[in-house]
Amino acid sequence: MSARAKPAPVPTPETQPYFDAAAEGELKIQRCLDCGKPFFYPRPCCPFCASDALEWITASGRGTLYSYTINHRPAPGFEQDAPYAIAVVQLSEGPRMMANIVGIENTPDNLVLDMDVEVTFEKRGDVTIPQFRPAGREAI
Amino acid sequence: MARGDVVIVGAAETDEVGVLPGHSTLRLHVEGARNAVADAGLRMSDIDGIASVSAPGPIQVAHTLGIKPRWIDGTGVGGTSFLLHVRHAVAAIRAGHATTVLITHGESGRSQVGSARGALPASSPNAQFEAPYGVLGPPTMFTIPLLRYMKEFGLTAEQLAYVPVAQRKWAARNPRARYREPITVEDVLDSRMISYPLHLLECCLVTDGGGALVITSADRAGDLPQPPVHILGTGETFESPLISQMEDFTTSAAFRRSSAEAFAEAGITHGDVDHLMIYDAFAHVPIYGLEDMGFVGRGEAGAFIAEGNTEPGGRLPLNTNGGGLSYTHTGMYGMFLIQESVRQLRGQAAAQVPGVEISVAQGNGGMFTAAGTLVLSNRTP
Repeated sequence: MSARAKPAPVPTPETQPYFDAAAEGELKIQRCLDCGKPFFYPRPCCPFCASDALEWITASGRGTLYSYTINHRPAPGFEQDAPYAIAVVQLSEGPRMMANIVGIENTPDNLVLDMDVEVTFEKRGDVTIPQFRPAGREAI
Repeated sequence: MARGDVVIVGAAETDEVGVLPGHSTLRLHVEGARNAVADAGLRMSDIDGIASVSAPGPIQVAHTLGIKPRWIDGTGVGGTSFLLHVRHAVAAIRAGHATTVLITHGESGRSQVGSARGALPASSPNAQFEAPYGVLGPPTMFTIPLLRYMKEFGLTAEQLAYVPVAQRKWAARNPRARYREPITVEDVLDSRMISYPLHLLECCLVTDGGGALVITSADRAGDLPQPPVHILGTGETFESPLISQMEDFTTSAAFRRSSAEAFAEAGITHGDVDHLMIYDAFAHVPIYGLEDMGFVGRGEAGAFIAEGNTEPGGRLPLNTNGGGLSYTHTGMYGMFLIQESVRQLRGQAAAQVPGVEISVAQGNGGMFTAAGTLVLSNRTP
């Protein structure tokens, strides 16, 4: 029996540009054209002013490790990874997003809050998702 | 309408809580409902309003019990839903939309008999932006903010581990509690790591059980057998459906907003509170609750609990049934917060605190997503 695959997101029309950009190796987030604020996660209107005048901007891909947990009871598809960190990254643009921290053993000693991280990308079936790794490491 | 003019006149749990593989989810609802209506000294035909959470939901519960409601509330925002039902019932009774409301909870959380295991819609933001990173239920999400809190305020692993130790002292006095043996900080820290930094004994139980409440107006309560519990103030709100999008990982905006509204409506201050219930799905949640409700300052709750203030003999008795950590936790635990507040206000609790006049119940739902607060009293203001 083959191992189960990790979950692959199913994009909706308003999130498709995000996943299309990830497939091209770019992290894109939305920004409101009315109030000017960037935000995550992708959605049909601005969470600050409810405007639907939005643009996609390319994020720097740099951020810091805001918080995390190290999960010892793996979700389906993550059996080989456990224990693995489920992290929230603070992007340099301001918004935060969930990610795994790749390219480093996920231990409390290795994962220090506020450490610099940078985006990398991972294929999940037909979709590509952003991930993060400690800044300055080689691509995985 | 006046503060406290709507009251809880019936409150009961299922005959047993714990491991009940012979009980379907629906039966748990029915058993709690029958017990609560009997506790109120009423008949099922007196009920004209129904509230519950899917599945099975208020319609199936009412149909099973033969209730013909003229008011229905299916608000389902996780474990705090029942606190919101109480709030909504107050408004409905004041508006004349119902006279006597039944609120039911039943959940086969452990045995999974006839229960609903909801998968997220694939198009939801949770499914697209959190599920791909290996989250699997509350232990992998509710826990994420905690490390940020620990860094910001210096909460130690030992202080965190003391939360279940303190609550086990209450559970030891409650014969219905699942776990009653005393535990130490060392026991907690030696227990299996579930989701760092939380160990097994810092996570709630997973059990089967249920309970129900009967709500009516104070002027109808006079002839009923139980001392009425007045609903003095209520609050409800939510913050973010995605844990990663909480505004500040060291504080729950939902706790802050719902509790502030309930306290203001009740016209009480923190010093008036004799007894407190805070939803304890995990050890850090009472810490957030104590601070976000304003009982202690930011960063002070870990020490406050470790110094014994919330345990038997302490000045702020907290989670006196033993809580989700030691008493029971079906999945949507909020019903059990209210049940214990009612018991304390009636003087009927297993671990009775002397002289309780005001009890506050603080619930959360969908982890830090939703919140509800009730300020309850055995006196009119």
